[in-house]
Amino acid sequence: MNVILIAVCVLGLIGLASAVILFVVSHKFAVHEDPRIAQVGAVLPQANCGGCGYPGCSGFAAACVKAANEGSLEGKLCPVGGQPVMEQVASILGMTVEMGAPKVAVVRCNGTCENRPRQAQFDGAKSCRVQQMTGMGETGCGYGCLGCGDCVAKCQFDALHMNSETGLPEVDEEKCTACGACAKACPRGIIEIRLKGPKGRRVVVLCNNKDKGAIANKACKASCIGCGKCVKTCEKFEAITLENNLAYIDAEKCKMCRKCEEVCPKGAIHGFNFPPKKEKPAVTEQTTPNDQTTKQLND
Amino acid sequence: MKIDNYNKMKPIISLSPHVHGGDSVSKNMYGVCIALVPALLASLWFFGLGAAIVLATSVVSCVFFEWAITKFLLKRPACTICDGSAILTGLLLGFNLPSNLPIWLIIVGALVAIGIGKMTFGGLGQNPFNPALVGRVFLLISFPVQMTTWADNLHDSIDGVSGATPLSLMQKAILEKDASVLNDLPSSLEMLFGQTEGSLGEVSALLLLLGCAYMLWRKIITWHIPVSILGTVAIFSGIMHIVNPIYAMPHVVLMSGGLILGACFMATDYVTSPMTGKGQLIYGVCIGLLTVIIRNWGAYPEGMSFAILIMNAFTPLINTYCKPERFGEVFRKEEKK
Amino acid sequence: MKTFKIGGVHPAENKLSASSPIREAALPKQAVFSMFQHIGAPAKPVVQKGDEVKVGTLLAEAGGFVSAPIHSSVSGKVAKVDAVLDASGTRRMAVYVDVEGDEWEESIDRSTTLVKLSDRPELDSKAIVEKIKNAGIVGMGGATFPCHVKLSPPPGSKAECVIINAVECEPYLTADHRLMLEHPEEILVGLQLIMKAVSVNKGYIGIEKNKPDAIALMREKAKDYEGIEIVPLKVKYPQGGEKQLIDAVIGRQVPAPPAIPISVGAVVQNVGTAFAIYQAVMKNKPLIDRIITVTGKSVKQPSNLLARLGTPFQQLIDECGGLPEDTGKIIGGGPMMGKALLSLDVPMTKGSSGLLIMNDKEARRSEPQPCIRCAKCVSACPMGLEPYLLSKQSKLEDWEGAEKNDVVSCIECGSCQFTCPSHRPLLDMIRVGKSTVMGIIKSRAAK
Repeated sequence: MNVILIAVCVLGLIGLASAVILFVVSHKFAVHEDPRIAQVGAVLPQANCGGCGYPGCSGFAAACVKAANEGSLEGKLCPVGGQPVMEQVASILGMTVEMGAPKVAVVRCNGTCENRPRQAQFDGAKSCRVQQMTGMGETGCGYGCLGCGDCVAKCQFDALHMNSETGLPEVDEEKCTACGACAKACPRGIIEIRLKGPKGRRVVVLCNNKDKGAIANKACKASCIGCGKCVKTCEKFEAITLENNLAYIDAEKCKMCRKCEEVCPKGAIHGFNFPPKKEKPAVTEQTTPNDQTTKQLND
Repeated sequence: MKIDNYNKMKPIISLSPHVHGGDSVSKNMYGVCIALVPALLASLWFFGLGAAIVLATSVVSCVFFEWAITKFLLKRPACTICDGSAILTGLLLGFNLPSNLPIWLIIVGALVAIGIGKMTFGGLGQNPFNPALVGRVFLLISFPVQMTTWADNLHDSIDGVSGATPLSLMQKAILEKDASVLNDLPSSLEMLFGQTEGSLGEVSALLLLLGCAYMLWRKIITWHIPVSILGTVAIFSGIMHIVNPIYAMPHVVLMSGGLILGACFMATDYVTSPMTGKGQLIYGVCIGLLTVIIRNWGAYPEGMSFAILIMNAFTPLINTYCKPERFGEVFRKEEKK
Repeated sequence: MKTFKIGGVHPAENKLSASSPIREAALPKQAVFSMFQHIGAPAKPVVQKGDEVKVGTLLAEAGGFVSAPIHSSVSGKVAKVDAVLDASGTRRMAVYVDVEGDEWEESIDRSTTLVKLSDRPELDSKAIVEKIKNAGIVGMGGATFPCHVKLSPPPGSKAECVIINAVECEPYLTADHRLMLEHPEEILVGLQLIMKAVSVNKGYIGIEKNKPDAIALMREKAKDYEGIEIVPLKVKYPQGGEKQLIDAVIGRQVPAPPAIPISVGAVVQNVGTAFAIYQAVMKNKPLIDRIITVTGKSVKQPSNLLARLGTPFQQLIDECGGLPEDTGKIIGGGPMMGKALLSLDVPMTKGSSGLLIMNDKEARRSEPQPCIRCAKCVSACPMGLEPYLLSKQSKLEDWEGAEKNDVVSCIECGSCQFTCPSHRPLLDMIRVGKSTVMGIIKSRAAK
């Protein structure tokens, strides 16, 4: 009996002491965390994919709360949850969130193995950033895709894949969340996060070459040579600008008339997701520059 | 040749350096294997056919398991057995076993060494612990009887008496607190040449040191780890012997058991040892201390394997805190003064 | 024997052209002058299409303090000002000159008589630096840092000695070696000029002992020059690195950036720079030519050429027996730090110390294997870094960790990759880490 009593007392005392210690410690060393962080975290997908650019969902939640304290949730997007989740996050934080039109990653290079012949072989760590340091890289184009797949490695959503035939990355529009990780990874800034467009339709200059026409023309069959024909065609909408020998189509101004596509002598402008045309112009006409442009180039 | 031709043949572009010293993984691994050859021949001389069977089984099964796991479990295209690391693991494992161990036990040891010790972590370069020692310690703990039943040394000075290794005598002296037990130890000369009992690679101190010298000459290893381990053991056991003569003399401690094999061949394993000279010295000193502590006060007569494995676990920590001396640091220190 | 204290490797020397005397290369048909022949701001062209130029005419003026002017090395007509693919592998602005005849500016003294410092007592520190600046002289060892910047120490620092880098630790290259054998006195006068420019009276010439003839000759000649000492050094790469050379010669280690060599009182100049300084100050000749080693195991006549800047590499190779059939890689510079060239149209610049042709077999890297943590890179690193760790952190994009482990101290000498038994592209990845971390540090400083 005595033994049991002693045991009960000792154990009880130990328990009491532990409880006191725990109580003191939990108060003394309490880490003050905004309770909203946990609330925000609860509505996030908890996939910890990093697509938002923060280390996991809790990191994103903390960043959202911090941003809300500073007054705006702009630029914060959970690409997996999309608008519904962001609306929930905003309501927890007492903010409103304006979702822009859906966007998608676009690889602005059409320098396939065929269009852009290799001039050298790269030997070294398989990384675009390393190859970029050798200068031009394997081809004569100092602006085009290097083909080592840094963007593919960065994609958390399995939306980018290397096409072994063309040597270029291809975007899976269904899976792409426009998180922008690939655009950041590309040392040449080829990938653009662009408006997806109505029904996914959009017209893009698939080239990033800022060299003069002659050099760009020599380097790649599908390069923009900065001839400015598209700019003239689009005078009405002023959607196309020419800067540094490179045409750029402003997605917000583009009316999807696709006239620029037709006039481009190099076939550098591409329309995505348009229904196939009834009369298809011969491929050869599209891809080789006509006489006039060639003349201009040789100047 | 014209420029056009040069451009046609697609020059190679890469970042500097454009030359390589010609060193390779396999050169290092086979270098260690070559360094083990004198001791291997000695073990064949002392233990005869048994040694040959143990070593052959161990090497063959290690190589087989490495090949099979790479191919069927990891499904990697490249075959890694040519780099010699599996052969080396097999050799070292064999050196750590008694010559009369049943063949199936050797195969189990090889499976643990390669399968659990190495491939589980991702293969060469990823393992935190020395694979051969993982195999040996697994066998030692699971099959203590078989692992400590020593076959008779064919060229032993004490005929017919088997089972008494210098290590067990040393432990007996400590347990019985009787220094006279140590008189039964073989003479230093016998231990130096290997006329004693023990695992295959534990017998001939001289030939192991010869192999170590070869590795130092080929610059496969640096002096830091062997010297720090042997030095620490000599000093520590010397102090123990002076304080109380039941602890064996330092030169006997040095030449007994797997100390030299461990110091020169096992602790110096690239993958599991620290990266900087300073770190390697700390690592070596700790192994030396742990070995003597385990030998004198532990349950097992031999402490080398455990000491190395324990310090393997500390290697990442040592690497984090022991940075090499940066260029210009000397100047910075002078300035502070 | 003196040498630097940390790390280092010893690549096969392969000095194939060591015994071939310097010969003059033919004039090119068209010379191309890149505006990026130095570190710092690009030069600004001052000529236009159609302008007549002579040898020594100013083509472009310096684009800032850390910059250098560029002079024509040929006479003729400016064909165009356009982009050219230069040795860095990118397109950059350049002046093209069609060569006609070989007419020199009259101010240039083309005689070979030696002018000693005692012959020109009127030269003071300021005049020397000014002349060097106007002659467009940059570091000729390959780093191409504008020379006058180094000779104008920042306020608060005082030079104590001048060290001439005659180490030539890169395998294959022999241009500096030949220069010392053929123009020893000019180099010594050049060194005296540098010493006067930074007002010190101690000069060292560091030479690796694989050039015993140069050491003996320079020792002999240096007897007549006060305060100049020849320092034979043990053969070890990268002894020609500025910091390593200072450590080897005077035993002082330059601390991590932002400290520069002058912080420990040393001014380092390449032996070729000393020669160019002599020519600029004493002969009034701007930097228009340099000695370049054209070499390689398959090259018929490995030679040292005195070539005009702007000469295309193709012509230099043709003069040495043409491009071998088995060419795999063409390297501008030496094999350890040189740059692989995309095309042979690349023109020679102020920093072109060598043109190395590697055959296909030796040009290819071996397949990388897993890191076995042998720590050979750690013991080879002359900066005391941990290349295995930096390369891993760069791969994992742990920029913070890389910064903490001093990735910016890396001098990109390549010793780690040279020595790696697993043939890992260590330096490739470290370069990525270094450039990213430097960017991060810069943007942080901008805030």
